[in-house]
Amino acid sequence: MEHLLEIEKIHCGFEGHDVVNDFDLSLAPGTMISLLGPSGCGKTTMLRAIAGFEPVTSGKILLDGRIVSSPKIRVSPERRRVGMVFQDYALFPHLNIAANIAFGLPRESTAEKKRITDRMLELVGMEGFGHRYPDELSGGQQQRVAVARALAPEPRLLLLDEPFSNLDTELRERLAIDVRDMLKEQNMAAIFVTHDQHEAFVMGDSTGVIHNGRILQFDTAFNLYHEPANRFVADFIGHGRFLQGEMLGPDKVQTRLGILHGNRAYPWDKGTKVDILLRPDDVLIDEDSPIRCFIQEKAFRGADTMYTVGMNDDSELLSLMPSRFDYKVGEEVGIEIDIDHLVLFRHQS
Amino acid sequence: MQESILDPRSEPDNNRLAGFLPRKLNKWHYTSGALALLVAVPLLVVFSGWLKPETEIWSHLADTILDQLVINTIKLVVGVGIGVVILGVSLAWLTARCEFPGRKWFDWLLMLPMAMPAYVLAFVAIGLLDFSGPVQTALRTWFGTSNIWFPEIRSTGGLITVMVIAFYPYVYMMARTAFITQGRSTLEAARMLGASSYGIFWRIALPMARPAIAAGTTLALMETLADFGTVATFNYDTFTTAIYKAWFGFFSLQAASQLASILLLLVFVSLMLEKSSRRKSKYHDSMRSGEPPRLHLSGWRGWTVSGLLALLFLIAFLAPFIQLCLWSFQVVTTDFDERYLGLLAHTLLLGALAAMVTVIAGMVLSFARRFQPDRTTLVTTSLATLGYALPGSVLAVGIMVAASGFDNGINNLFESIGLNMPGQIFGGSLLALVLAYVIRFMAVAFGPIETVLSRIRPSLPEAARSLGATSSQTLKAIYLPLLRPGLMTGLLLVMVDTMKEMPATLLMRPFGWDTLAVRIYEMTSEGEWERAALPAITLVFAGLIPVVLLIRRSQKRRK
Amino acid sequence: MKKYLLSLFALVITFPVYATDPITVYSARKEHLIKPLFDAYTEKTGVKIQYITDKAGPLLARIKAEGRNTPADLFMTVDAGNLWQAAEEGVLAVTDSKLLETNIPVHLRDPENRWFGLSVRARTIVYSTERIKDGELTTYEDLADAKWKGRLCLRTSKKVYNQSLVAMLIARHGEERTEQLVKGWVANLATAPFSNDTKTMEAIAAGQCDVGIVNTYYFGRLKKKKPEIKLALFWPNQDSTGVHVNISGAGVTKHAKNRNAATKLLEWLSSPEAQEKFAGLNMEYPVNPAVEADDVVKAWGEFKSDDLNVSSAGAMQATAIKLMDRAGYR
Repeated sequence: MEHLLEIEKIHCGFEGHDVVNDFDLSLAPGTMISLLGPSGCGKTTMLRAIAGFEPVTSGKILLDGRIVSSPKIRVSPERRRVGMVFQDYALFPHLNIAANIAFGLPRESTAEKKRITDRMLELVGMEGFGHRYPDELSGGQQQRVAVARALAPEPRLLLLDEPFSNLDTELRERLAIDVRDMLKEQNMAAIFVTHDQHEAFVMGDSTGVIHNGRILQFDTAFNLYHEPANRFVADFIGHGRFLQGEMLGPDKVQTRLGILHGNRAYPWDKGTKVDILLRPDDVLIDEDSPIRCFIQEKAFRGADTMYTVGMNDDSELLSLMPSRFDYKVGEEVGIEIDIDHLVLFRHQS
Repeated sequence: MQESILDPRSEPDNNRLAGFLPRKLNKWHYTSGALALLVAVPLLVVFSGWLKPETEIWSHLADTILDQLVINTIKLVVGVGIGVVILGVSLAWLTARCEFPGRKWFDWLLMLPMAMPAYVLAFVAIGLLDFSGPVQTALRTWFGTSNIWFPEIRSTGGLITVMVIAFYPYVYMMARTAFITQGRSTLEAARMLGASSYGIFWRIALPMARPAIAAGTTLALMETLADFGTVATFNYDTFTTAIYKAWFGFFSLQAASQLASILLLLVFVSLMLEKSSRRKSKYHDSMRSGEPPRLHLSGWRGWTVSGLLALLFLIAFLAPFIQLCLWSFQVVTTDFDERYLGLLAHTLLLGALAAMVTVIAGMVLSFARRFQPDRTTLVTTSLATLGYALPGSVLAVGIMVAASGFDNGINNLFESIGLNMPGQIFGGSLLALVLAYVIRFMAVAFGPIETVLSRIRPSLPEAARSLGATSSQTLKAIYLPLLRPGLMTGLLLVMVDTMKEMPATLLMRPFGWDTLAVRIYEMTSEGEWERAALPAITLVFAGLIPVVLLIRRSQKRRK
Repeated sequence: MKKYLLSLFALVITFPVYATDPITVYSARKEHLIKPLFDAYTEKTGVKIQYITDKAGPLLARIKAEGRNTPADLFMTVDAGNLWQAAEEGVLAVTDSKLLETNIPVHLRDPENRWFGLSVRARTIVYSTERIKDGELTTYEDLADAKWKGRLCLRTSKKVYNQSLVAMLIARHGEERTEQLVKGWVANLATAPFSNDTKTMEAIAAGQCDVGIVNTYYFGRLKKKKPEIKLALFWPNQDSTGVHVNISGAGVTKHAKNRNAATKLLEWLSSPEAQEKFAGLNMEYPVNPAVEADDVVKAWGEFKSDDLNVSSAGAMQATAIKLMDRAGYR
């Protein structure tokens, strides 16, 4: 398969301070991926290396099969045809919206500029805003203009660096879907960097979870949630708590809450100490269950309620229940584990 | 491969953990280093005074007046520093953020004192307010007694007042630019977090404007330290007095250089301290989103503010201006001749030329400071701005000695290979004079440009690059327009300062290149203030030209 | 605007180059006091003169720095101290000219003929005609007497005129006695020293004090502007040393390219033809005894002046400054 972007074992940063570490990635035309990770994980540096703002100390980056970054070669950003949408939008305050969008089209005729600008404004739903200045727009509008501006010169790849982080939650979700649809409509290849997993899952066909400058797992949202490759991903994606146990067989674990069966076999010896990932929907509150515990916290979320339940050994679990069941904080309840898919990690003491 | 000149993070050596010494030097080190060298050569001439220690003069000064001079200088610096900050910042806040009757006029009226040389202000103040002046004379006649109390104008307080009035425009202009460009969103966010307008000023606007205020105050204090004309008019002895005493009195340029180099060293250290204390925090404005709404001072409050500003304008500009006009009328028939046009043309031409070259150099320095924020560039950029702290004549001689050294070297070379000696090449040339202005006023251009540059978010040039603009296109399309307020302020300040400048102009002008400042000097040095008024008033008008151009331009843009 | 500036620039740099070599003068004497004479000389002889003006110190430093490449042929300045220093630093050449020696009295030129006085300025006592009685004033030294307490006004000690006055007093009386004198003056001051002579006189006229010490031409200028002002000059020390005088003067530089022309100019400046104007422009006294002072100046009366060679002022200047610093005379 022809790759638009290939990243081979790159390092960025300074001696002894690698911000990006042994990073590999490839991207096919027309696909959109998300890079997800906590702040300081190196995801922005990664993006800047692709854009050409950050040098690589080893490894290489190829665009359409041509090396654009290596320790020796660095094609400057303006020659990469890689668009970028910045966290702060980076709209030029001294230019109006039309001029901002036309900035990347210096060689086009005036008429052509206007045609493209109008088309872009239409694409992002901002018709008629061309003569306004950035400081007259709301945050969401500025964001749309930033996307339109980046798309106007028809880059081969679009990079989006936490583009929604300055917006309020509601607008953020709506805009994320809008932007994804716009990009898909243009069949644009894009890399989207965020620390917000919902955004990541909306924007990316697949998502890479990054930690300490490395990709820990690159997969679909479903798999990241249900088949986390390691403890960090398990912890970072979705909610969940770990429960200690001991292997009884390849698919059987003995825990304090009883014996759990799964539909997948693990190669570990009987008696190996393991941690079982319990998602909130794996834990049901059942008045009649013999396993007793207390409601420690509750968070009402509309359709359902997230309960934090504490057990008498001070460990805790999360339970997601339809909100029609209403328990009070401090109330004693019983819980039941309903799991068919065991995610186990060897216990580290 | 394709290196980018104007991309902040394009350099392999660049690190975002500023403070590491670079492993190797790059082009920003070289360019800022070259500018620093330009300034350093005359400074080295000054420091070379130590080659022949003048123990006798030193011990005399130490035994008699040195401690008093140091105390006087400290008093002056502290007083002027506090004064210009309070006056400059509050005026800037009022005109940039408040609305009151006549605000649009005061916007630029308050810049005008800039065009009034401090020594002229000093002379007018003493002329009006001293015992023999018209005010006290009138009071004595009024009360019919010679025993009336009146504050002594020829005192520390009087001098500080005059200098504050003369130098506050530096702080005013820079703080005003800072206040105006502070984004609406930052301030509104603060408002939403419950800060009162009082709290916004103290907790948001003031800290954000701190680099600009610091830059303006630095200029004012450097000028205070280097000043001779004003303190001489007050007969107030400062460290600079000692420098001139050693030179003109004891005929020891060595001792003068030694004293001057101590002054320089102190200024250099405080510049480094001030700048490294600021380096830790970045002041990128998170979002430039429109001029924030002004606070409307209605009713009596608005009129009180207008009244106070009008009074200030009267004292700082109008009164001395009228006095100069009156004096000019007495001599205009005898002194005004066709040569005046030449003086004016020379003055404007030199001012414009020096302003352009200095602003370009100052911009290069600012870029070096931004893109290569390590200790090396901090040292080179600080060094390159030191020329402003040196008493003018000392610096002028330093430059002259360096220029002549260059000429002599070439002549010796020609002679040694048997050619005719070309004589003077550099010394006494227009180029040398313009370079002298650049060396002297680098700080004046650097300050405003650097403060504006530090507020341009790095993502803007990066966005331009990712949209296909080369580094030079980015310079033209992004940096220059965004830097405009800083460049304009720099141009204006340097131009006006150059036009007022005396020592270097006097010593280094090519034959026949007399300027208005030269004419002022000719008259004032003989105490003929009335006859100095005509060139002085012409100078004020010449200084108004760039001010008016600047204002018209900014008003046009706002539409 | 840009076009205008450019064409102006072109105009200025292509300014006509003189056919004959001009004489180059570095002058600390102000332009309006020398230009009329230079113009007259050029008109008479066809020799062009170019000049720059500045303070003596920087000009001297410039000549030194330029060394043998200096364009300066003539160094002109006020105050004998500056001329003495220029000679000390070796930038002035000896000029042998019978004409100069005849025209200029011996105490008003360098004993080694490296510089020559061209005008004489007398530093004398000025007093209020309302508050000073006949016979009250006698000498400079007398002003240190306690009877003048609170009645004296002086200009700053940083001005060279006062430095040379004190230098001459040292030459006459020795350091110890002079220091007592200066301390006496300081004790008698009515107010802090002024930055210039005109201010001193205005203070006397306004009643802040009764007497002061000033150069006569400042008095002349003030009187011209305010004829009714109640001030007059007094010639002190007529029974002893005479009124303290200083000079403005000039010398040919060591590396002058146009030495003969510069010497001729100097000779002409000392001639009766030029002297009247040279002194008269600034209400000073001519050095050439054959020339009479301006009428206004003459009206102030005849006086006996100090005939000690003015070069002692230069030699003693540093001593004088130190003494004044010690005495607390600012």
